[in-house]
Amino acid sequence: MNITSTEKLTWFYACRTEDVPVDGGVCVKYKNEQIALFHFTRRNEWYATQNLCPHRMQMALSRGMIGSSNNEPKVACPFHKKTFSLVDGHCMNDDACDTIKTYPVRIDGHDVYIGVDEDDEASIVFA
Amino acid sequence: MKIVVIGNGMVGYKFCEKIIAKQGVNIELVVFGEEVRPAYDRVHLSEFFSGKSAEDLTLAPGAWYIENNIILHTGDPVKKIDRQNKVIESHKGTIESYDYLVLATGSSAFTPSIPGMEKDGVFVYRTIEDLEMITDFAKKASTGAVIGGGLLGLEAAKALLDLGITDTHVIEFAPRLMPRQIDEAASSVLTSQLKELGLTVHTSKQTSEITGNGCIDGLKFADQSHLKTDILIISAGIIPRDELAKNSGLNTGQRGGIVVNDFMQTNDDCIYAIGECALYNSMIYGLVAPGYEMAEVAATHITGGDRKFQGFDMSTKLKLIGVDVASFGAPFAAEHECKTVVFNDNSKGVYKRINISPDGKYLLGGILIGDASAYNMLLQTCKNNIILPANAEDLLFGSRSSENKTAGVESLPNDALICSCEGITKEDICNAVTSGCESVDAIKKCTKAGTGCGGCAPMLKDLMLYTMKQQGKYIRTTICEHFDYSRQELYDLIKLKELTSFNEVIDTIGHGDGCEICKPVVSSIIASLWNEMILTKGNDTAQDSNDRYLANIQKGGTYSVVPRIPGGEITPDKLIVIGQVAKKYNLYTKITGGQRIDLFGAHVSDLPLIWEELIEAGFESGHAYGKALRTVKSCVGSTWCRFGLQDSVSFAIQVEERYRGLRAPHKIKSAVSGCIRECAEAQSKDFGIIATEKGWNLYVCGNGGSKPQHALLLATDIDSETCIKYIDRFLMFYIKTADPLTRTATWLNKMDGGIDYLRNVVVNDSLGIAEQMEREMQQLVDNYQCEWKEVVDNPHLRKRFSHFVNAPEEKDPTVTFDSLRDQKKAAQW
Repeated sequence: MNITSTEKLTWFYACRTEDVPVDGGVCVKYKNEQIALFHFTRRNEWYATQNLCPHRMQMALSRGMIGSSNNEPKVACPFHKKTFSLVDGHCMNDDACDTIKTYPVRIDGHDVYIGVDEDDEASIVFA
Repeated sequence: MKIVVIGNGMVGYKFCEKIIAKQGVNIELVVFGEEVRPAYDRVHLSEFFSGKSAEDLTLAPGAWYIENNIILHTGDPVKKIDRQNKVIESHKGTIESYDYLVLATGSSAFTPSIPGMEKDGVFVYRTIEDLEMITDFAKKASTGAVIGGGLLGLEAAKALLDLGITDTHVIEFAPRLMPRQIDEAASSVLTSQLKELGLTVHTSKQTSEITGNGCIDGLKFADQSHLKTDILIISAGIIPRDELAKNSGLNTGQRGGIVVNDFMQTNDDCIYAIGECALYNSMIYGLVAPGYEMAEVAATHITGGDRKFQGFDMSTKLKLIGVDVASFGAPFAAEHECKTVVFNDNSKGVYKRINISPDGKYLLGGILIGDASAYNMLLQTCKNNIILPANAEDLLFGSRSSENKTAGVESLPNDALICSCEGITKEDICNAVTSGCESVDAIKKCTKAGTGCGGCAPMLKDLMLYTMKQQGKYIRTTICEHFDYSRQELYDLIKLKELTSFNEVIDTIGHGDGCEICKPVVSSIIASLWNEMILTKGNDTAQDSNDRYLANIQKGGTYSVVPRIPGGEITPDKLIVIGQVAKKYNLYTKITGGQRIDLFGAHVSDLPLIWEELIEAGFESGHAYGKALRTVKSCVGSTWCRFGLQDSVSFAIQVEERYRGLRAPHKIKSAVSGCIRECAEAQSKDFGIIATEKGWNLYVCGNGGSKPQHALLLATDIDSETCIKYIDRFLMFYIKTADPLTRTATWLNKMDGGIDYLRNVVVNDSLGIAEQMEREMQQLVDNYQCEWKEVVDNPHLRKRFSHFVNAPEEKDPTVTFDSLRDQKKAAQW
């Protein structure tokens, strides 16, 4: 991710912090996009990724379990337990599986914002 | 130092891997390959037909060569070596100088000079391109033939079968199949096995002509007979690719092959030859393992080390079209040189032969057809000159006493070669285990053993367990990186420390943040211990996804709804409610094997609405989503059935209502039959009850599923009260001691002492914990509440059942359905 693209980010309001379960995720709708938002409460960290699991094209990652592997935060898809890094989106237990898109998250008081790159629409997955 | 490698096959690739692994040498490496792809796994070429892609077979991607600073020219064979100036020139005109040149040019298919070889539909079996052409052509073929009944010929025949040519013939010039590896008797057993699979074998047949007008239509043989065929694969052996060496003035053998010394050097000190193009001691080694050893020898010698090639054991084991075939050591030792033990069972397609030294002390070699499970141990016994036991036939049938499965590996000497593909010894593996590789994967990563053909993987595990035991390590399975405990230890600790949430557990006795493996295990233990509502106390997100949504996620992301129907008994009114709810929410309905009704295709946001209506009508959760009691199936029993001895339905309902919601290491199924006709199939369940004249017989640890296993009789002619007592104890003991995701059948299979031990604990109370277990079970029973009722009544929990957090009223727009037989079904993924 380079600086120019950060400058083009649009931050949209997703939900209140308390809307997201402790150490869990929710699915946020943004235009036609589905974004999985995770509150890693144990680590006091927030992450956002695409909601679509690229393995079987299922809108399910927000319902997955989060955890860590060698301290790298990850989410496991509920369908077949493919796990993805919450930091860079790469699949951690299947090299053949595609990388998922990640989004920056900003917390302002009790409000959660997600940064999307409007120019990047082509790479956003619609089903 | 600059090295040019000519040839990018398996051995050429292995040489690159070996040479860059040599420490402290600065090497410039340039590789020329004739094929357009980087080196791929030719040994598993046939898997191309069972769906593996060219990429799957690739040994290392292009990026690997770049990372290791190797310049790779594919599709560019070398056409000239100028030994005077130490320069080569490639087909495309690239000129490279070298300090050392390594020839790994491999071999090509030997094609006998039969008239008609040029016709369409005649192929060889060597490269991915060959396979692609065969695949294309096979579409219009209905009969097929392979010339050559050796290893590769049979592989090619299998390929034709896989391509749908069910009428396939194998033609062998010699009087038997695989003449280099197996004897006459073995060949005839193999032939009859292959016949069952649709392969016709013709031996002692010499092909004299390939007939057809432009395109093949048949074969003519020297004995004047004739065979019609639409496609032909020639697999009559290999010839070394030595033409470049020959043209450069290097010594080659009369029948081909570049002559090399013990260090794989040709008669030019700066030029080495390895793999199938090299002729060592008048022999071509047409297997990958000796090729790898040659690569190691050459790499060592070039970098100044000392290692000699000393010939190679040509033992092989493979699964040919589903039939085990193995041959090791000296398979054909003549009768006066040895004693031979033969086991031949034509009906089962099993043939085993071992050759023993005349004094009965050593194993010289042998052949195994149909069952090669003893291959690894026999090969090791043979190669390491291990003194044989008094009863040599034990080698074929295994020792009659079943204990001590790893007894074999400890008797091996330290230098026993365990992985012959990578040249890894027993000592290497044991050292890896000692230095911390305590899983087969770790051993593979660290030593590379088991990464070639994979045949030694079971021995790796045995060696690992053996080494760990030697070190006095208590061998147990820990859950994952976050907990250094087995499930049983976790259970005891959580109970002792009275921990009630996942975070408490990981903070107190684990480390890190948890993961998808330990979270469900801990959640299940907490539920088994305290039986509190699983979605409270922040435990919701530590549940497996199905438990978190109290429903099973299905294709497309919708859920299924399964209300409990105890014993499979249901009133017409309740049936009508299920029908109405299914109609209202547009759900697919199906009757399950456990005598209840599955409702599929519910949107996550509809789940609380659906359950609200079901609960209103008197239903409760069926826990189909949990590792929990599922159903207690029943036959109609003595209330209606003229054979019934007891009221199986009433007892099934009693049992199901007692254990409903009980969380366990895995799902639990049960059944009650009203008589010995066993209509409820109780003996296939985790616990099953069958009525007798005097009461009930209790069976435990049965299983359907992928590995069916009959339940074993635990107690006979007991009354209902005793039966419940025993089940309480049995289930609590299972919950306390089983590994995660282990069904009762597997749990019992692993239990020392088996059913007798279990009976002692449950019936005779040998551990003195029976009363405690009954008390604990009663507590769980008293704490039961319907999870769905809790959710329906609790607005906070209900809120979690929406797809979009910021648009709770909207359903997932990506969910789509197809239709089938007037109902909906999930769209295909």
